[in-house]
Amino acid sequence: MSHLRRPAPQELQPTSFAFTPENLEKANKIIAKYPEGRQQSAVMPLLDLAQRQTEGNWVPTVAMDYIADMLEMPAIRVYEVATFYTMYNLAPVGKNFIQVCTTTPCWLRGSADVVDTCKKELGIGVGETTEDGQFTMIEVECLGACVNAPMMQINDDYYEDLTAESTKAILDALKKGEKPKAGPQSGRKGCEPIDGPKVLKAFCGCGAAPQDADASKGDA
Amino acid sequence: MQAKGTPDMLQDKDRIFTNLYGFQDFGLKGAQSRGNWDGTKALIEKGRDWIIDEMKASGMRGRGGAGFPTGLKWSFMPKESDGRPSYLVVNADEGEPGTCKDREIMRNDPHTLIEGCLLASFAMNAHAAYIYIRGEFYHEASNLQIAIDQAYEAGLVGKNACGSGWDFDIYLHLGAGAYICGEETALIESLEGKKGQPRLKPPFPANAGLYGCPTTVNNVESIAAVPTILRRGGSWFSSFGRENNHGTKLFAISGHVEKPCTVEEAMSIPLKELIEKHCGGVRGGWDNLLAVIPGGSSVPLMPKDVCDDVLMDFDALREVGSGLGTAAVIVMDKSTDIVYAIARLSEFYKHESCGQCTPCREGTGWMMRMMTRMVRGEATLDEIDLLWDVTKQVEGHTICALGDAAAWPIQGLIRHFRPEMERRIKEYRARIAA
Amino acid sequence: MPKLTVDGIEVEVEAGATVLQACEEAGKEIPRFCYHERLSIAGNCRMCLVEMERAPKPVASCAMPAADGMVIKTDSDLVKKARNGVMEFLLINHPLDCPICDQGGECDLQDQAMAYGFDSSRYAEKKRAVKDKELGPIVKTIMTRCIHCTRCVRFSEEVAGVGTMGAVYRGEDTEVGPYIEASINSELSGNLVDLCPVGALTSKPYAFTARPWELKKTDSVDVMDAVGSNIRIDARTGEVLRVLPRTHEDINEEWISDKTRYAIDGLKRQRLDRPYVRKDGKLQPASWDEAFAAIKAKVSGLDGKKIAALAGDTVDCEAMTALKDLMGKLGSANIDCRQDGSKIGGPRASYIFNSTIAGIDDADACLIVGANVRAEAPIINSRLRKRWRATAGDFKVGIIGEKWDPTYKNDYLGAGPDTLQEILDGKNDFAKVLKAAEKPMIIVGMGALAREDGDAVLAATRAIAEKYGMVAGEWNGFNVLHTAASRVGGLDLGFVPGEGGLATNDILDGAAKGDIEVVYLLGADEVDMSKLEKAFVIYQGAMGDAGAQAADVILPGAAYTEKNGTYVNTEGRAQQGWRAIFPLGDAREDWAIVRALSGALDQTLPYNNIDAVRERMVELSPTFASLNVPTKAEWTDFGKAGDMMPEGFASPVRNFYMTDPISRASVTMAKCTEAFVKDAAAEKVA
Repeated sequence: MSHLRRPAPQELQPTSFAFTPENLEKANKIIAKYPEGRQQSAVMPLLDLAQRQTEGNWVPTVAMDYIADMLEMPAIRVYEVATFYTMYNLAPVGKNFIQVCTTTPCWLRGSADVVDTCKKELGIGVGETTEDGQFTMIEVECLGACVNAPMMQINDDYYEDLTAESTKAILDALKKGEKPKAGPQSGRKGCEPIDGPKVLKAFCGCGAAPQDADASKGDA
Repeated sequence: MQAKGTPDMLQDKDRIFTNLYGFQDFGLKGAQSRGNWDGTKALIEKGRDWIIDEMKASGMRGRGGAGFPTGLKWSFMPKESDGRPSYLVVNADEGEPGTCKDREIMRNDPHTLIEGCLLASFAMNAHAAYIYIRGEFYHEASNLQIAIDQAYEAGLVGKNACGSGWDFDIYLHLGAGAYICGEETALIESLEGKKGQPRLKPPFPANAGLYGCPTTVNNVESIAAVPTILRRGGSWFSSFGRENNHGTKLFAISGHVEKPCTVEEAMSIPLKELIEKHCGGVRGGWDNLLAVIPGGSSVPLMPKDVCDDVLMDFDALREVGSGLGTAAVIVMDKSTDIVYAIARLSEFYKHESCGQCTPCREGTGWMMRMMTRMVRGEATLDEIDLLWDVTKQVEGHTICALGDAAAWPIQGLIRHFRPEMERRIKEYRARIAA
Repeated sequence: MPKLTVDGIEVEVEAGATVLQACEEAGKEIPRFCYHERLSIAGNCRMCLVEMERAPKPVASCAMPAADGMVIKTDSDLVKKARNGVMEFLLINHPLDCPICDQGGECDLQDQAMAYGFDSSRYAEKKRAVKDKELGPIVKTIMTRCIHCTRCVRFSEEVAGVGTMGAVYRGEDTEVGPYIEASINSELSGNLVDLCPVGALTSKPYAFTARPWELKKTDSVDVMDAVGSNIRIDARTGEVLRVLPRTHEDINEEWISDKTRYAIDGLKRQRLDRPYVRKDGKLQPASWDEAFAAIKAKVSGLDGKKIAALAGDTVDCEAMTALKDLMGKLGSANIDCRQDGSKIGGPRASYIFNSTIAGIDDADACLIVGANVRAEAPIINSRLRKRWRATAGDFKVGIIGEKWDPTYKNDYLGAGPDTLQEILDGKNDFAKVLKAAEKPMIIVGMGALAREDGDAVLAATRAIAEKYGMVAGEWNGFNVLHTAASRVGGLDLGFVPGEGGLATNDILDGAAKGDIEVVYLLGADEVDMSKLEKAFVIYQGAMGDAGAQAADVILPGAAYTEKNGTYVNTEGRAQQGWRAIFPLGDAREDWAIVRALSGALDQTLPYNNIDAVRERMVELSPTFASLNVPTKAEWTDFGKAGDMMPEGFASPVRNFYMTDPISRASVTMAKCTEAFVKDAAAEKVA
């Protein structure tokens, strides 16, 4: 089991945590989504918020305690949630958190090459972080983009239709501080066949310009 | 076995998800140009019973994998409130290996889902719907949220939704990495802010679900198809596919095909036709096919000879010992290490077992470890029987279906590829003997 | 009432019963690990699977509601196979360390493996190892043995109300325990050891001490508080090794407090195992005859008015009866069983827990006055918590006194009499709660009554009970919570000043002034011994605590584990405990010591055996005529309305773990004090 799924050692654990005013407002909005008295429902989004706020993209124990207080629930129930769901990192990760899907559909399409390329280009093993703290790479289970296999997730972005070459190109760009374009690296837009849609042709290319998902607009 | 109403290929006019590939605006304007939100108020005005009857008439079976008739499921909800509110919960925790269809709806055609939520909630006397989307779908959630905000702004949802007089709120809730939350009661637990551990049934969600209130949990595709079904009529939907297997359906074809893709097709389309017409065929030709997992990782694989003429629907696939599941077709050609392909799934299930009940918690680890040895042949011949035994000890003894899902792929492997497993064992033993 | 068939036997069960209960009704034993009658249903171990007609798969009988017409099979091949499978899964990662496991011999897994296990393992993979958890002085963990039944998690959440235990991580990596190191800060933590069906949670103080089959088991009653928890004392070759709960639905259900369970190691330290007589200012070992002679020398011819007796908090009723009678013969009315100086007594309804403990299960509001129930009677506090949970939080609790954490939602109303008066005057919001309640109750603690204005406080609480309908029809919600196991028995027996007699504080003052020349301390260690310097002090008891140090003659008595004795709990329920081992050294049963002394003083008491003492007890109070029944007390006038002092109520229990000579001598209780009581040294009972 990855060390990310065990609490970071005491020396890495901060001694206090509080949401920034901005995040506090977000947290209150999240809590308001649920009926009165059901504020515990907000524990997962709040843990996510805490993780995003924390340097190193992880959830320190004090943040769990803080959320427990905020939602009036026993801390152990927050610990249970934080340790159950794999998206919560219990220890710090690199600035670029690479999660390579290696479940069967991705494996069939060459996920092993993606992992090997990451290892080779980053000089780290699975579950490890580069010395400069820029990259952490782990293998994960199915990320739900199987027709665009193989794929990896880097922070919030999916990189799909990967090959060893495109994987290397992405890593190279990241190393240079650039943000490579997310999505399929094969040239296709989404889940249509590689040589273009075979159906729905009237709906493809004749409509308004596709709008890219903009994370900052969403409340997700 | 030609299915009724299935021409050579489903025509675009009969496709529900016309922006599946995302070439058009996913937002409200684009959605309206595609016919979404057209006459929603009038549909609501036809009343609750009409909606449920149309859904029953459509023959829609749940698109999340279990295939339970959607209209019937809705009819289990209390007609009158006993003081508790009712909830619709949308299962958007798409994570069954091979499956990536709901993702496309949410990022490219989110208004179909939102409109569907309104209609379904109204039919079930629910004033609120929660969409539980897997946390990794950050951009999908983002698009969906934008669409929800647009719908609120346009008065399509919220107070007096669409001017219908029905108050309706819709909320997005993100998961955080747990396949098990695709199980409806685990999803409810998770939505309540707990670990995603399936509940004991009874009580069923329709009696005591979210916050102990009557709840229906439906898959994204099931709900997103509702507006079109209601607009075009249940009989339109039921004109596709064979008896008891009606409608159009999103198929996601991955693995060893020339051109993997997701496509909406008529139910009961022959597997071979699906692969050849939409995916450019099996890599290296049909004869290079080894096996197909037709419905996501949980269903047993089918060797090529079964694939040759099997139809893609619930009943046909069940008859050949597999299942339609989520209609996620994983294709494996002859280059595939079939034992590893299944062993990797065993690893998946071991990783995703919630750990609550004994057979699954202990059994998934045991099966995975044995499968890992089987890949190398590092076993004895009778251990294949032991492995079979273990799958049987897990199957049917767990709280939820994850135990079955972990057992079936291995059973499929043993059933169809036992000689291959034996070959590896014999070779391994010969090697170490030498 | 659903009727169903179990293995061909038709049974009818209560509506709401489970299939498992129906099977038991039919006399079919259903194996289980996670299921526990007093905890929520988890259904996770899958050991209780049964076959149900028309169900495609075997069902978990613990979680399946029994319904009319069900046909259940518990002994079919399908069931046997299912259970064998589950058992195999439980064992694959369970270590084969039974020979060094403290659970051995009383292990559910061991027992059921005999019925459902294979004779050899088919598991060829590596077994799981789990890091142990440090849970504090009481519970020892060997987590590799854990079978994830989550009984401990549910207990700590549901019964104890402390969120220490959880099941963190997931799948086969699930670990039961806290996420970060944390001791279980609960007065009920020892129950986790009983609940754990395997050897994952065992008793730290009892580790590697004995095997269950070596133990002699004796039923008894706890004396560490006034609850009267039913216990079983396990002993081997004259040594008490452990205390376990006995089920009593109306008292402790099947829980006991950590003090009840673990203070017994105090019985091995600072014991009085022979008589002593003070000579030349020093206590010297003596024979019984010498000790009696020294007393006789002092008492003979002394005016009874100059003699006094105080009974301590853990004394049995037989001993108090004998001493009361002896004091009568010596012409003294100066006797008191209320070491705390309280004035309670009078009508019985004024000093017992009238609603009974089980009555809490019916109450819908509770006002707690001057009692830290969690520290004074953890079992009663858990009952209040249970009620709060059962009503989904509708059970409203208001607290007047010190602030303390009851583990359930409460309204803290104020510190003392002012708030009490507000309630009485209807000026406090909680008055509305009481008014609206159908079965409201009040719990009045010694923190409110053992003060100079105790009579006025008692009158005020009685007035509140009257005003808010706490006494109506069959319901009497006026409850006094005692902290001393002996107190209600002492009051029932009339171990209080007789005509013209002095009460505790007057006795002490009299002794300081020299008016009282002889003070007989029967296990009384909680009074201000400095006032007894002038007096001739006889100390009778088991422990070398404050009283023994002040004594001129020490008469070694038996500890509660070493004698047959009757105790009346705070409900007014008389119960008998049995002797588990013989008294230490020369120590004797207490009533017998008094009886022997009476002979030596030529005031021979008229009973030669314990049955005769008990007949005398029945003469003194009808309480003792019927055991184990909380007899209803007549609701009459009591208390004396008057001015109340402004000071807030303070609980007499400053440290739950140390409240009497035995727990003060206990190493385990000292460890708990260190671990859980803030500023432990300062909080030691004065």
